Amino acid sequence: MIDIKNFANDIRRSCLNMVHNANASHIGSALSIADIIAVLYKDVLNVEPKNPDMLTRDRFILSKGHACVAVYSALAIKGFFPKIELNTFAENKSKMMSHISHKVSGVEFSTGSLGHGLPFAVGKALAAKKMESNWRTFALLSDGELGEGSNWEALMFAAHNKLDNLVVIIDYNKLQSLTSVKDTLGIEPLTDKVKAFGWSVRQVDGHNHNQLKNLLGSTPWESEKPSFLIANTIKGKGVSFMENKVEWHYKSPNTDQLKLALKELKD
Amino acid sequence: MRNTFIEELVSFARKDPHIALVVGDLGYSVVEPFADEFPDRFINAGVAEQNMASLSAGMASEGYHVFTYSIANFPTFRCAEQIRNDIAYHDYPVTTVSVGGGLAYGALGYSHHAVQDYALMRSFPNMLIAAPGDPNEVRAVMRYLIDNPGPSYLRLGKVGEATHHDNIPQLSPGQWVQIRKGKSNKAILTTGATLQIGIDYLANKKYENFSLYSLPIWSMNSKVSQIDIIKKFDEVVTIEDHLLDGGFGSWLLESCISASDVIGKIRPIALDPVVCGTVGVQKILNQIGGIALGKS
Repeated sequence: MIDIKNFANDIRRSCLNMVHNANASHIGSALSIADIIAVLYKDVLNVEPKNPDMLTRDRFILSKGHACVAVYSALAIKGFFPKIELNTFAENKSKMMSHISHKVSGVEFSTGSLGHGLPFAVGKALAAKKMESNWRTFALLSDGELGEGSNWEALMFAAHNKLDNLVVIIDYNKLQSLTSVKDTLGIEPLTDKVKAFGWSVRQVDGHNHNQLKNLLGSTPWESEKPSFLIANTIKGKGVSFMENKVEWHYKSPNTDQLKLALKELKD
Repeated sequence: MRNTFIEELVSFARKDPHIALVVGDLGYSVVEPFADEFPDRFINAGVAEQNMASLSAGMASEGYHVFTYSIANFPTFRCAEQIRNDIAYHDYPVTTVSVGGGLAYGALGYSHHAVQDYALMRSFPNMLIAAPGDPNEVRAVMRYLIDNPGPSYLRLGKVGEATHHDNIPQLSPGQWVQIRKGKSNKAILTTGATLQIGIDYLANKKYENFSLYSLPIWSMNSKVSQIDIIKKFDEVVTIEDHLLDGGFGSWLLESCISASDVIGKIRPIALDPVVCGTVGVQKILNQIGGIALGKS
């Protein structure tokens, strides 16, 4: 299996190429989660590329569906479908939409409108409990997405129903669509808030593969409590001129910028 | 109707361990038979309809047929995008059940008047509308929904609706069920609890020779079958406890949009928007809204 650093690097390179070719947005969001996605698909999720509907698989929901290129790339590299299909991203009539689509092999659920992934994941985790199945459900959310009230409904429900088979990861890059989270709809003190909702909460460097692996591989951290991992990340991580720049939520790299970015990510 | 619904749901849940009921903290003195017999499949999601709809989609994605239950607009408009994206788009078997269709919660005010729900729910591809007209139609639509799991909307009245069918009819989407054969070649067509209003119309001299039909299951996909049915009549009067815009009569008109010789036969009777913001008992509100005979 591919080395984790190379895996994350390949995901980033693939994201850049896909977004450039499609003149699409959200490259900053995708680069932000590349390490989390790499660790999930290499070391954490029990998934089988040749059997994507395996009943015992772990379920992964990307709630921040706009960052889908990171997941599409990871799935292709893992062998869920041929890498060449990535070239159809955002093309006319493509099943590979620019918000994550369940029509793509390995994708559980389509999102795009924020605030849907966690409540849906709650239903899956509840079903697993009812069926006495051991698989886990993971949901990856953005930080700005926590403005959606539906997430707080789901946080209450999951804790109330002791869904310790549910894991939420927050991509906490502190930037959202127009400006910082802090200047938009502040979410601090996030740890205290979510703890008060009855969850087990941890913080991690969202680009540290070992830390991510250790924490995501050891849930539940507390019995009968769902797990909430605040992954401190950098929007645009890995490409110096994109890092921490809000404009890369929307901008698409031109040919020169793509070359520059890929050069930075060479090995 | 709501008690018949629960009776049917309990009956099916005994046979199928994947039937679940998720309520939005409503259903007092209705849902207890299910909750008592199947506590593991009864979930009170609390006053949180967005989560209720999405978690039901999540359960449905793992093999459950989930019935969400609340009243009036709470399980529909409050979580419209969850139904659109998470349930209907993914084609998951979640039946959204709303009690108190139309003006059944008459004195409770505009928040509790479900007079735009068809407009919302019928706009989703894959969504089936089930609006039974009497307790036997409730049993019939439940059988259809269980046998054909998918995204669906079950619109119920409240309590005390009269029974108009001697037996439980066999139903399919777009199928008109005859209640009374009239002497003329004109018909009244109702959906949902307005069946009783249709029966009242037959006692009026203007409509005494009309036939009466109920159409309990309909959808975007069943429009195609309507032209051939309407062709057989000289006039079809639809009655609904819903606004005209986006409603049942409008659905029938849209069904016939390609048939200029047929579309003019349809005369929809729907609620006047004057009822929006008016309170009173259901019968009076239906008169004020112009769908029930009698003085308002």
